[in-house]
Amino acid sequence: MSDHVISDARGGLFRRISDWIFRRPNAFLILLFLPPLLWLGVVYIGSLLALLAHAFFSIDEFSGFIIYEPTLSTIAQLFNPANFDVILRTVLMAAAVTIAAAIIAYPFAYFAARYAKGKWKALFYILVMLPLWSSYLVKVYSWKLILAKEGIISWVAAKLHLTWLLDALLATPVLGGPSLSISYFGTFIVFVYIWLPFMILPTQAALERVPANLIEASSDLGGTPGQTFRHVIWPLALPGLIAGSIFTFSLTLGDYIVPQIVGSSAFYLGQAVYTLQGTAGNIPLAAAFTVVPILIMFVYLSIAKRMGAFNAL
Amino acid sequence: MRSNLEPRAPWGLKLAALLCVLFLHVPLLLIFLYAFTTEEKSYQFPPPAYTTKWFAVVWERQDIWDAIWLSVKIASIATAVALVLGTLAAAALWKSRFIGKDYISLLFILPIALPGIITGIALRSAFNVADIPFSMWTIILGHATFCIVVVFNNALARFRRLSGSMIEASMDLGADGFQTFRYVVLPQIGSALLAGGMLAFALSFDEVIVTTFTAGTGVDAKTLPIWMLDELIRPRQRPVTNVVAIFVMCVTFIPILAAYYLTRDAEHTAGAGK
Repeated sequence: MSDHVISDARGGLFRRISDWIFRRPNAFLILLFLPPLLWLGVVYIGSLLALLAHAFFSIDEFSGFIIYEPTLSTIAQLFNPANFDVILRTVLMAAAVTIAAAIIAYPFAYFAARYAKGKWKALFYILVMLPLWSSYLVKVYSWKLILAKEGIISWVAAKLHLTWLLDALLATPVLGGPSLSISYFGTFIVFVYIWLPFMILPTQAALERVPANLIEASSDLGGTPGQTFRHVIWPLALPGLIAGSIFTFSLTLGDYIVPQIVGSSAFYLGQAVYTLQGTAGNIPLAAAFTVVPILIMFVYLSIAKRMGAFNAL
Repeated sequence: MRSNLEPRAPWGLKLAALLCVLFLHVPLLLIFLYAFTTEEKSYQFPPPAYTTKWFAVVWERQDIWDAIWLSVKIASIATAVALVLGTLAAAALWKSRFIGKDYISLLFILPIALPGIITGIALRSAFNVADIPFSMWTIILGHATFCIVVVFNNALARFRRLSGSMIEASMDLGADGFQTFRYVVLPQIGSALLAGGMLAFALSFDEVIVTTFTAGTGVDAKTLPIWMLDELIRPRQRPVTNVVAIFVMCVTFIPILAAYYLTRDAEHTAGAGK
């Protein structure tokens, strides 16, 4: 690098291109933008719109061909009790997972942001990054091992003489099942586990931006720890939690692998879409189903943006 | 200045943080334990006895090697595409102001903000409409779409720390745009790009949802995650899956740790003074 501190002015093609670019910053901007915009704008958004358009077509009940005439009948099918149940179940699961993830993530993020220093801070960061980036399927698989009837949870429960508690949990109507890996509890635990790091990171980032002297000022002015939390820390941490909830909510809405591997046979949105486009060949209804998470996420994102969550990302 | 009277963490908070760490890591450790079990029909805990024979079994299995090789190919090409497009997008968004900029940034995070299944089914129906046969390349196309986001985020974060005055100084000293990029910009964003590339590689190597939609049915379709998914749904030799799981973890951990060390000192980037 050192021998290029002052470079000789170049002539030739490069110089001319460079000068041309320098005089036309807008053209340069367009040149930079064009390839990624073409990829995302045409390939991605194009496919997305093509898919969404299908939601307004319907399928011929007898031949199974798609009728390319605009209709709202496919969208209306979403409100059939069977289909609506799937949507409701998925949204409730996503909400429950988000709340649980926030409750578990907050203390960890607070500790890592306020009390961990130097090497410890780096360690905490790695402790979150490793599970975040380790293989999704490996993580799901590990819970299959844990939740199995002959697995570690049953073993621990037996050792602690708590088998009755586990049995009572599994006997819960609707939510229970023959074993944890075939119940709603299982699906819930696995979702929380898999998306938890997505909640921790933005929460911790938001908490780290809370100036320590603000907290000290609050206690100097006579605020109890509870009041300091409610009036100083919480409002500043909220954008981080909301940023995290974007991930936990959206990822749960669209996931179809977890309920397929761990859970009762009840369908979730992702599975419905997967089966409809695959074996059932009903692309219009599959497309109508995908409209639901897109709509939910757009509403969610616009609320999040208003609450300043994007700055915490 | 920070006060030295930093209060000690209350024990309740420590306990909650510790439990959270255990929750995050014990499941991963169990995978290691189960790779040595002699029990291949169930997930019995504790394992009845221990053996290392499964590692040898995996070594002999050609289908696993094929899956690994396919995943490596796909991840490499998708990462290369993402590096170019993600950097271009970050360079364009950095410092420029124009109407609709917010929407463009939203467009770049959309493939990650929307559930993967939507990306997957949208691409699948587009391939069907355009009569594109499913192959390794359709998988790469899908992977590159969300890998761009990772590179873009990493590059943009570093660009923001890059001081604009350094670029002006370079130009003032007579360097043209290409020289400035080569000798001033690239050395500063290089490690962020490497980190973004590694994360993109790990992400693609591990992707399963978009892959199930963009893959065909032949040998070209069985990436390592798809192979694992088949094993999860229809288990054959369970410990074999564990050995493969350990392998996958190691392959993804190394780039993640490397990416962390590359971006760790980012705050000290030259010229980033307040």
